[in-house]
Amino acid sequence: MMILETDRLSIAFGGVRAIDDVNIAVESGQVFSIIGPNGSGKTTLFNLVSGIYTPDGGSIHIAGETATGLAPHERARRGLSRTFQNLQIFYRMSVLENVMVGRHRHERTGILADLLHLPTVVRQNKATEEAARAALARVGLADFAERPASSLAYGALKRLEIARALATEPSLLLLDEPAAGCNPVETQEIDAVIRSIVKDGITVVLVEHDMRLVMKISDRVHVLANGKTLAEGTPEQVRSNAAVVEAYLGVHGSQEAARAFD
Amino acid sequence: MAELLQFVFSGLTVGAIYALVALGFTLIYKASDIINFAQGEFVMLGGMTTVFVAQAGVSLPLAALIAVIVTTAIGLALHRFAIEPAREATSVALIMITIGASIFLRGMAQIIFDRRFHSLPPLFGADPIQFGGAAILPQSLVVLASATAIVIILWLFIERTIFGKAVIATAANRLAARLIGVDTRRIVAFSFAVSAAIGATAGVLITPIALTSYDAGTLLALKGFAAAMLGGIGSAPGAVVGGILIGMFEALAAGYVSSNYKDAVAFLIILIVLIAIPQGLFGRAKIERV
Amino acid sequence: MRNLLEIRLLPPLAVAAIFVTLPWFFPSAYYYRIGALVFIFALAVAGLNLLMGFAGQVSLGHAGFLGIGAYSVAVGPAHLGMPSWLCVFAGAALSAIVAFLVGRPILRLKGHYLAVATLGFGLLVAIVLTNEAGLTGGPDGMTVPRLLLFGWSVRGSDVWYWITGATFIVGFVLALNLMKSPTGRALQAIHDSEIAARLLGIDIARKKLAIFIISAVYASVAGSYLALFNGHVTPDVAGFLRSIELVAMVVLGGMGSILGSLVGAGLLVVLPQALTIFHEYEQALLGLILIVFMIFLRRGIVPSVAAVVSGWRK
Repeated sequence: MMILETDRLSIAFGGVRAIDDVNIAVESGQVFSIIGPNGSGKTTLFNLVSGIYTPDGGSIHIAGETATGLAPHERARRGLSRTFQNLQIFYRMSVLENVMVGRHRHERTGILADLLHLPTVVRQNKATEEAARAALARVGLADFAERPASSLAYGALKRLEIARALATEPSLLLLDEPAAGCNPVETQEIDAVIRSIVKDGITVVLVEHDMRLVMKISDRVHVLANGKTLAEGTPEQVRSNAAVVEAYLGVHGSQEAARAFD
Repeated sequence: MAELLQFVFSGLTVGAIYALVALGFTLIYKASDIINFAQGEFVMLGGMTTVFVAQAGVSLPLAALIAVIVTTAIGLALHRFAIEPAREATSVALIMITIGASIFLRGMAQIIFDRRFHSLPPLFGADPIQFGGAAILPQSLVVLASATAIVIILWLFIERTIFGKAVIATAANRLAARLIGVDTRRIVAFSFAVSAAIGATAGVLITPIALTSYDAGTLLALKGFAAAMLGGIGSAPGAVVGGILIGMFEALAAGYVSSNYKDAVAFLIILIVLIAIPQGLFGRAKIERV
Repeated sequence: MRNLLEIRLLPPLAVAAIFVTLPWFFPSAYYYRIGALVFIFALAVAGLNLLMGFAGQVSLGHAGFLGIGAYSVAVGPAHLGMPSWLCVFAGAALSAIVAFLVGRPILRLKGHYLAVATLGFGLLVAIVLTNEAGLTGGPDGMTVPRLLLFGWSVRGSDVWYWITGATFIVGFVLALNLMKSPTGRALQAIHDSEIAARLLGIDIARKKLAIFIISAVYASVAGSYLALFNGHVTPDVAGFLRSIELVAMVVLGGMGSILGSLVGAGLLVVLPQALTIFHEYEQALLGLILIVFMIFLRRGIVPSVAAVVSGWRK
């Protein structure tokens, strides 16, 4: 089943066509990576898919249903979740509370019950906390639960965002450069987390610069350049595509990509 | 018809003052992204200082000059002591600082001056000029002419001098301006000084018509801000157009609807503009990038 | 589980303990009056704090709701023959409705746009109250009949001390409940990152509107109490200066801290009373406090003290 499809998606800012006629089809359970140089439109594409931007043309379908006009919170309710390139952590809250917010979709108490702190709320808080701790454990942050989010290192914050996204129990997870700024050890950890996510049947759409990671775990790779599709296929197909190799992987990149298959 | 003309003229007159206040807002906003709520106090200080200095025996033109200089100094002090130390504050925090400054200046004016209404003698006498059945005060013409002159001078300065170019650069992109050697702190201080001077001048000019008192600033600031928003905050021509429009709407509402609610016009306009066209008539909508 | 509950409710319990024992030390009825005024404003400020400090939405016109609540207990009995106690509820309901109607369009705005929109709203309320003299008595205001509870006329600063204090503590507990609930977490999330909150399924518009309405109700009840206590109400209860006083109390006591609301209200009610010779300087001082706190002590008193104390503990 196609869990995410875009059809002739386009958006322009001022005179710049940030995304131009892009078609994507992501199958359920896949790891689908989007690569391309900075400025090629990868994060813009994510913003379009998650509903932060409204496209000028084209359409978006999530799980077979049209999602083009939907607000971000409605797309979240359809099973979409994402992390952010520039981190959108709730710095004033604790690590645990950040992930607890991720459970919002599954929380069932109303504002009146919340005001009065009825037993249903007490139960809900407990359930939310348990689920949040489980998500933290998955990314290896269980020990940091009570710390303020602002006290975490950058790599840990990236994992926190993943935990928070996981807490929503998504069917489709968009990861925007999850390994950016991470050292090789942290990147390995993120790699392991992504693999375990995929094993749970969650579809992962990945924007990443780390070519080794991309080539290792992707089922399909989509290459963007200047807002347009340059190529798409399996990792082998993409890395051996002359145009892609020449323009975007560069010498170093293609060596890294080759090493991924060793 | 004569009635309409009357309202148009009083609307233009008070609109010119709102335009000057709005211009002051816009200048500071362009240079620093700050909404300066003390803008109205600059107008009040211009009028009140002139009144009290003149009462002390100083000749009127000199008193007015002193008032403008003192107010300009206060504007610079406001920047130096309240704005500069809070550089990294959020926009809301900065608004609260300028509101605090506005109330502080009001409170001090109440003590240093007094709580009564005051007036100044008009420049060319108080006999109204008859025009098409409407009676126009000569001071109104003074206000209109002066406001036009100020706008032109400011425009010439910004467009034609190096310092003016530096202001434009700072307004466009502060970091980039600093990187090419513009001292953005001085530019922001300059914008406060000029806004204060413009405000004070407006205060001196309008006091013969509208009187002044220690708390005249608040309402003026709000209406001037409404004008700036209507025109599109960050747009100088917009500020002028916005000011004239608000003045006209106010005068027409006072004449044809109810004079009690004339103050409400500006606030209603603020709400309508913010809800319907937040970028104003001449402004540009901002896109938030994630 | 029991322990958790106790820790959560410790601040209101401490306040309740002080509230109950403090009158032993009151040399005269005057102090009951001060106490009542402090609790009245603390209640309004608590609501504003939920909106500003917790959810991050600024309101510079909150005295508008204070005014609606205050005039409800004046207009209701005078023009509609309603009993005062019912008017308190009616005022709260009216404030909730007004908050709903006004909040829906303006809460889409952010930062200084929202600030000015709320400012405009507060001023419009004050203007209407001043002008509709037939209904509201105009600039001179109206007298407010005494509250009648079960046939007994509520009078005396001491009685009002107990009523206002008890109401504030209830409001305190409700606010704390909200903060540690799914709704509270959603609001805090909205404050820190609207975009992330949206993508976690949070309906931002609805949540902001909900907290706006709640904060309006807090202010309305406080306004009703103020009018009933004073026996008189004038349009400046809804004025610009009043709105800024409320904001100053939030800033002073600490954004997002309900305890801070009590501290902020306490300071700004008691100080003018204690420094009566400096009554003239009240406005200038208010402005100065705002400036100084927003530059140097942006978090406010209670959170700053809490930070220092937890620093000692380490």
